[in-house]
Amino acid sequence: MALKDFPREEYVLQGNAACAGCPATMALRTVLKALGKKTVMVVPACCTAVIQSLYPTCSFDIPVMNIAFEACAAGASGIRAALDQQGKHDHTVLSWAGDGGTYDIGLQALSGALERQTNFIYICYNNQIYSNTGIQRSGATPKGAWTTTTVGGKQEFRKDMSEIIRAHHLPYAAQASASRPLDLFEKVKKAKDIKGPRYIEILAPCPPGWRFGMEKTVEMGDLAIDTGAYALFESIDDNVVFNGKSKLILEEKIKPKPIEEWIKNQGRFKHLFYPKRDEKCLAEIQEHYDQMWDRYRKEYL
Amino acid sequence: MKKYDITSCISYPEEGAMGKTGSWRVFRPTLDIKKCVKCLRCWIFCPEGSIKRNKDDTVEINYDYCKGCGVCANVCKVKAITMKRENEKK
Ligand SMILES: Cc1ncc(C[n+]2csc(CCOP(=O)(O)OP(=O)(O)O)c2C)c(N)n1
Ligand code: SF4
Ligand code: SF4
Ligand code: SF4
Repeated sequence: MALKDFPREEYVLQGNAACAGCPATMALRTVLKALGKKTVMVVPACCTAVIQSLYPTCSFDIPVMNIAFEACAAGASGIRAALDQQGKHDHTVLSWAGDGGTYDIGLQALSGALERQTNFIYICYNNQIYSNTGIQRSGATPKGAWTTTTVGGKQEFRKDMSEIIRAHHLPYAAQASASRPLDLFEKVKKAKDIKGPRYIEILAPCPPGWRFGMEKTVEMGDLAIDTGAYALFESIDDNVVFNGKSKLILEEKIKPKPIEEWIKNQGRFKHLFYPKRDEKCLAEIQEHYDQMWDRYRKEYL
Repeated sequence: MKKYDITSCISYPEEGAMGKTGSWRVFRPTLDIKKCVKCLRCWIFCPEGSIKRNKDDTVEINYDYCKGCGVCANVCKVKAITMKRENEKK
């Protein structure tokens, strides 16, 4: 598989409302290329509901249903049932929600749909904040990060959502990144051909939310992987397989770059460096990721 | 496209739903086609889908909608795309 083999069809139309440099549209273009035309998307309150643009127009060239913030997976369950009633078993139902709508407010609806074995794909594009409403903290916001509700930097570590998902023992779960379209495409393709509940999280570095220049969206995603702040893996029937650089980090074939290499490029962590380095917080953050990898090694190596 | 004859909030797909977003641009990506190796990185990474992929995998930029983010210039490994201020002489 190479970029040349990617379908040419575009389902995200130009002239939409996304910010310049948006990771959500970047990833969604690849996701919909992998899923194709026979896809129905369910979008709760999040940036994507804005990106779609205003009534009576829509910037996505597939059917989309908008639904309340907490109800994305419940709405998808309903769409699935309706399509099945019509005999449209070959249509994919895609829930597409932000991390606020996934880690926090949509969690119970998502857990319910996974437990009911709903035949759908749930994708969380994780920009680590509630960005649509102007950058508030979410359960996915990493420790130390500034948001408008954590002005001195978030005190807590992020929640390990993939572990919560995996506890539902679903046939497919994965972590991917907007900065790795080939990997993302292959994961979505694989998920598409599996029946039952499937979950994919996509790391989505958000320029206005993370405070970096809008040309650096891809760089920020790659650096998150290189520093071990984020891992690429798949879980198929409970078997976890790491891939890309994350596999090499897991197997200790390469050392992850220091976490500072990732965070120093983002204005949301600026207070950890200026006017004076916050050595304590920086050390805690590094230790957190070291521990995460130790745990991964214990469980998945 | 099929339109539904019911009174409800149904929107229909349309290019340029938010207008010609090319007007957002401060910097303009300019492509030196001689340097391009047709790797398609700019095409897949453009958040807007404003890089047109031709049949022979050469690329073109659609300035009607390109928002000027600079992602394409940043991901191009052979530096075939450079960002220039809009009001600079082309
Ligand atoms: C019940 C409810 N509470 C609050 C809101 C306001 N609201 C709309 S979108 C949003 C943030 C969404 O964040 P996230 O899910 O992370 O997606 P993102 O905006 O980052 O894409 C909030 C708080 C709402 N629409 N409904
Ligand atoms: S705030 Fe971030 S995720 Fe939302 S539209 Fe802008 S760039 Fe995309
Ligand atoms: S500057 Fe941004 S929007 Fe314009 S073509 Fe390049 S990547 Fe696309
Ligand atoms: S990234 Fe550069 S080399 Fe590759 S297709 Fe685009 S312009 Fe050509």
